[in-house]
Amino acid sequence: MREDLEFAFALLMSGASIGLMYSLIALGFVLVYKATDAINFAQGEFVMLAGMIVVTVLGFQSPLIAAIAVVVMVMIGFGFGLEKVVLRPLLGRPVVAVIMATIGVAAVLRGWGPLVLGIETRALPLPIGDEPIHLGPATLPPIQALGAVVAVLFFVVFSWFFKKSRMGVAMRAVADNQQVAQAMGINVERYFALAWAMAGIVSALGGVIWGSMLGVDVQLALVGLKVFPVVILGGLDSIGGALIGGLIIGIVESLAAGYLDPYVGGGTKDFAPYVLMILVLMIRPYGIFGRRQIERV
Amino acid sequence: MLAINNIEVVYDRVILVLKGVSIDVGDGAITTLLGANGAGKTTTLKAISGVLRSERGEVTKGTVQLADRRIDGMRAHDVTRLGLVQVFEGRRVFENLTTEENLVAGGHVQTTPTVKQGIDLVYSYFPRLKERRNQVSGYLSGGEQQMLAIGRALMSQPKVVLLDEPSLGLAPMLVEEIFGIVGRLVKQEKLSVLLVEQNATMALAVADHGYVMENGRIVLEGPAEKLRTNSDIKEFYLGLNDGGARKSYRDTKHYKRRKRWLS
Repeated sequence: MREDLEFAFALLMSGASIGLMYSLIALGFVLVYKATDAINFAQGEFVMLAGMIVVTVLGFQSPLIAAIAVVVMVMIGFGFGLEKVVLRPLLGRPVVAVIMATIGVAAVLRGWGPLVLGIETRALPLPIGDEPIHLGPATLPPIQALGAVVAVLFFVVFSWFFKKSRMGVAMRAVADNQQVAQAMGINVERYFALAWAMAGIVSALGGVIWGSMLGVDVQLALVGLKVFPVVILGGLDSIGGALIGGLIIGIVESLAAGYLDPYVGGGTKDFAPYVLMILVLMIRPYGIFGRRQIERV
Repeated sequence: MLAINNIEVVYDRVILVLKGVSIDVGDGAITTLLGANGAGKTTTLKAISGVLRSERGEVTKGTVQLADRRIDGMRAHDVTRLGLVQVFEGRRVFENLTTEENLVAGGHVQTTPTVKQGIDLVYSYFPRLKERRNQVSGYLSGGEQQMLAIGRALMSQPKVVLLDEPSLGLAPMLVEEIFGIVGRLVKQEKLSVLLVEQNATMALAVADHGYVMENGRIVLEGPAEKLRTNSDIKEFYLGLNDGGARKSYRDTKHYKRRKRWLS
């Protein structure tokens, strides 16, 4: 009995830490959707690009901290540029146009990224050792622990930003009603660009952490696929939802792998989140924390 | 303060909505713009504030002048920076933000200390908003939302306010309260207001000057007291007959006698 509990606890912890790392990437997606209503299908490719930039910079014998600084700057610039060049001309067009554009961007990144930055799988070593961290009966690889900590840190910072800073409030105003926000003197386009730049920052850190865990190559973009169950579960426009959604998806994955795999021979981990996603879509299509239209009675 | 000279507005490059509208908004005065649905009142306001662009509309002729600057063709957020702000029809508060966050967003063009002062000023005019300061504004009552919409506009420290149908969907008592506050605001904060209204009685009671619009044109203008006594206005907007008594619709088939100024 005791062993069972320990096993469950270990699965929970490992699922939660992986889940927080999913949240980190989902956060980039939510930031963009919240401010601009654009669904970014290239979020995974953003992460891949960031990972590739880091290993490339590291290849020039530069210190890790410099590489991280570079990738954050480049991804901010990338976010700004993408908004300006690709998305701004699509302002006021149907949502599908924007979705198609981001799918296009995703394809371009997946093609050009490896072409320019190298196609082989490269390691992204972080100076955190290999000693697993013990949490009671559970053990976590240090990279997962680091990922979880970074994710939580980002959530705290962004929650503060949206709740307390004037810029954050303005950004929520833009998300709420663009025309009125404009009339209040808010430069809507500038806030759109800011949202993409913020997604760039999140992706930069996501790229470092996921790249370090999985190794950097084109496959890294696949973590972007996990974003969808996370944000649909949590609510497309909810920052807290991304956090909780990530946790739940991570834990479900881990439990499925621990309890179902022995019976079916493996692989449940990969589709369990999507089963959950479909269930959520049927029961609560706006997610756990997503906003429904406010209706006064 | 604000002068609109003969503007034409075209939507989608083909639909001519305003056909040469000229309006003068006096300094520290309330100017009202009356007219039936679809006459072009709201379009006029949007053309002035610059939000027309986001609806694929365009000022193709004429000028809009705020003090001595031309503002037609400017973007909405730049116009607000110059001290002109629009309060939209139907309140349009930021529903997912709290009352106070709405005000903070409204003061976007101002510095942080000015925003703090502005919030206190708005609460002094609308004490009810203070009670609701931390409530999500989507759940406020209609009257409170209208007060918030006006208060939010004041946060940018405007010189000119465009007020689009503040009476829409509100109880008569609330309408009176809100118009009373607007009157005080104009006097004490030295605002100039361009007021669009369907409620002609109320509008002509508070305004100094009035315009009547029909079909994208100004068809009648004059000081408010003159418009109040104009027999056509009386009949069609105030519902009174020539003697000043309330008109009974039993007496006439009024729809047949509906006068058009243009035909």
